[in-house]
Amino acid sequence: MNGIIEQQRYTCAIGAMQSVVAIPRAVPILHSGPGCGDMIGGFFERSTGYAGGSTSPCTNFGEREVVFGGTDRLRQIISNTYKVLDTDLQVVMTGCTAGIVGDDVESVVSEFRDEGRPIVSVETAGFKASNLEAHSLVVNAIIEQYTALFEDENPMRSEPNTVNLLASVPYQDPFWKGNLREYKRLLAGVGLRANTLFGPDSGGTAEWRSIPRSGFNILVSPWHGKPIADALEARYGQPCLWYPHIPVGANETEEFLNQVVDFALESGAEIDERGARAFIARERAAYYEEIDNLATFLLEFRYGLPNHANIFHDAGYVQALARFLLHEVGIVPKEQFITDGTPKKYHDKIRAEVSAHSGRRVVPIYFEPDAGKAQDILRGITHPGRGLIIGSGWDRELARERGADFLSAAAPTPYRLVMTTNYAGFSGGLRVIEDIYHNVLSTYK
Amino acid sequence: MSTVNLALPAVQVREIRINSITGYQGDADGLVAASRRGLKDKSRSFSQCLGCATSKAACMTILIQDGAVVSHGPVGCASCLHEFAFTYRVNSPLRGVESPARRRIFSTNLTERDTVYGGSAKLASAIREARGRTGANAVFVLTTCAAGIIGDDVESVCDQAEAELGIPVVAIFCEGFRSKVWTTGFDAAYHGIARKLIAKPERRRGDVINVINFWGADVFSDWFAPFGAKPNFITPYSTVGSLRHAGESAATVQACSTLGSYMGAVLEQDFGVPELPAAPPYGVAQTDRWFRALGKLLDKEEIAEKVIAEKKAKYLPRIRELREKLSGRTAYVTAGAAHGHALLDISGELGLKAVGAAIFHHDPIFDSGREENDQLAQRVGDYGNVPNFNVCNKQEFELVNALNRIRPDVLLARHGGMTLWGAKLGIPSLLVGDEHYGMGYEGLVNYGERVAEVIENDEFVRNLAKHAINPYTRWWLERDPDYFLAGGGAK
Repeated sequence: MNGIIEQQRYTCAIGAMQSVVAIPRAVPILHSGPGCGDMIGGFFERSTGYAGGSTSPCTNFGEREVVFGGTDRLRQIISNTYKVLDTDLQVVMTGCTAGIVGDDVESVVSEFRDEGRPIVSVETAGFKASNLEAHSLVVNAIIEQYTALFEDENPMRSEPNTVNLLASVPYQDPFWKGNLREYKRLLAGVGLRANTLFGPDSGGTAEWRSIPRSGFNILVSPWHGKPIADALEARYGQPCLWYPHIPVGANETEEFLNQVVDFALESGAEIDERGARAFIARERAAYYEEIDNLATFLLEFRYGLPNHANIFHDAGYVQALARFLLHEVGIVPKEQFITDGTPKKYHDKIRAEVSAHSGRRVVPIYFEPDAGKAQDILRGITHPGRGLIIGSGWDRELARERGADFLSAAAPTPYRLVMTTNYAGFSGGLRVIEDIYHNVLSTYK
Repeated sequence: MSTVNLALPAVQVREIRINSITGYQGDADGLVAASRRGLKDKSRSFSQCLGCATSKAACMTILIQDGAVVSHGPVGCASCLHEFAFTYRVNSPLRGVESPARRRIFSTNLTERDTVYGGSAKLASAIREARGRTGANAVFVLTTCAAGIIGDDVESVCDQAEAELGIPVVAIFCEGFRSKVWTTGFDAAYHGIARKLIAKPERRRGDVINVINFWGADVFSDWFAPFGAKPNFITPYSTVGSLRHAGESAATVQACSTLGSYMGAVLEQDFGVPELPAAPPYGVAQTDRWFRALGKLLDKEEIAEKVIAEKKAKYLPRIRELREKLSGRTAYVTAGAAHGHALLDISGELGLKAVGAAIFHHDPIFDSGREENDQLAQRVGDYGNVPNFNVCNKQEFELVNALNRIRPDVLLARHGGMTLWGAKLGIPSLLVGDEHYGMGYEGLVNYGERVAEVIENDEFVRNLAKHAINPYTRWWLERDPDYFLAGGGAK
């Protein structure tokens, strides 16, 4: 991810301030240049939450701080944050300026922590990592500097039926809120209580304190979030079920839940296995009732439907949607573009995952954070039939050029509002289908 | 003394160049008087996220039709720029651009290694790649905090690339940490454009008038037509070619003097294009002055009088009706500096009682050095003083505090992120993005209709207020809004 990038689909480390915004009543405090919060707010849009956006305190690092250091200013801003804002957790995040100047932020923050404040510091200079990588830095920092203070009251693995769910990166996954809610519902259906840690269905800081109690962890992600699972395993001995992509639709959700049930039983959870499998069966039946109704439309609609798809998204969605479209919708995935800056060491694994699910075809996968270049690759390729492009707002113009249908489902996008919609799970699959054909049908006048 | 020096690669920041400030609490009258005497800025001991010069420079370059933009920094420093791609596409019909080309925005994606070894080589290859991929007629390079602090020689890299590629490669120095007044980013973009794109004029054209503005609907073509002139827009929807000829125009006018202060002065002082000696036309009195100043400058004073008379005959009756309807209502204004003053003009003209304002910064005098361009002085003169005048540096906590106390009948805003708090407090709130919307006599009708509509339809904000989530402490809401400003209650 060192080359130049046109049309970035992710942002820099300080973008992980959105992971803080996603924790109920938490506040990011930026020790950064003046524009960082504004940039992140503009990337994600409608992302203020409780105390993000223009509400977030910021030292607004200036010339003076570059020359003399900014720790005094930071101390002042933190101490006044307590007067102005009513929050349960404060996460101090550094920008490039503080990072290069070398301010000792942790020593300032520890003064407040020593007074009993729930405060955490994390280095998120933009040049150090992407926001997807920095999500793990933020979560691990909260666990080390906040959760760790309450370990005596929260015995390790004392609740075998509770799991920590590590899945969507808030805001970078536009469907994070809905997805987390759906995972929680599904896991409850098989007898597990899930800490989702983010979003309105999580329990805020109380839930973060209880992290050690969980019997095991579930990581739903192709690569990001892995350092969190590793840290929790090392710290609390919690084993982790790693499901490498988002389960969208019936095949994958069923597979996911069955693996969860198996893993839970192996990990000592006390769940009613028959009840759990029966829940999965009921969910599947409800799903196929809809697909059964839909199949006539897919098979008989006479005026043209897309037959192939190109996706520009992060690795998790590319894998999930490519599988789902092929097996459960009948749209063939052609070239797929993973634009999230996936580290090289995961490329082969992801490539194999995408192609393995259909023994009959190889789906070309491009790992290309330079999405402008990725688009140019697709410009040089044509396929017969009506195409579908799933991507960010940038890809709408490309779809128009190619006469393809378009579904806006990735950040950044000014063309779509998402509140609590989910794409994960059985119901998520149905929603993807609704969204695709809603767009297709609205092209007919 | 001139604030313009095109021999230097970077423009001076506003705090130094024109003594702009970001903190003041008092009334408008006092601020106008202090601006003449020499204004001293005040710092805050609590602050929230500000805007950034780099995104302001971006907006004045991305919207040039045939350019490409390279942000030289970590990928985060180009995060929000996709919004300008949307703006460009959506507003193109308002400017007669029939098939808007996609916006080409690159990041050099600086990483930790580059902060150690330098990012110049990466920048050079990014410029080459951007040109190769886009065929742009100019490449604009925006600097960022990281690039600035590690000390990359961006100017040299751009000069070398220019020689190699044979197109202008414009270095724009807009690191966020340099200035608390992020409109410095506009100045930075204009400075680069003036140095590299605008040609020394070989002739003076009486039929072209520069308009420094954003992306609002074109009202100027109609306004200039009686004078036998047409607008040359700077810079949104301009082309590298049209900018090259900006030095030949008969005059320069501003949609917002905060935006165009520096460019107006550059065009006058280095290219001989006179800047109209009048604040932008908001409110009847100022619109009269503006057209008269234009007539005088173009030596077409009788045409100006005719335009004024015709327009007044057409619009004044409706303006009077709106004034009757809105008279006695209270308004609070929040916006960037000069446009905030414009909204205060509009409120005054429409009979709204301005009960306060949160204006992002204040320029005591613009780069032209002309007092007749001081829009706040003009507002106070035409419509009276404004109490609770807060230069707020876009600090939400101060706005929330002030609104909570003042509870106006309507909140008038221009910039995103601020209207929410009006609505959360149940105050009807209006944000008009098009900077031309309230301009001129017809603008008063446009804007007045919207204000009336917003005040009338308050069901949504009333309901929202009932359920609003508020992260601010009661303690804070009970302090004075300038508590954390130097000299306020906090020690």
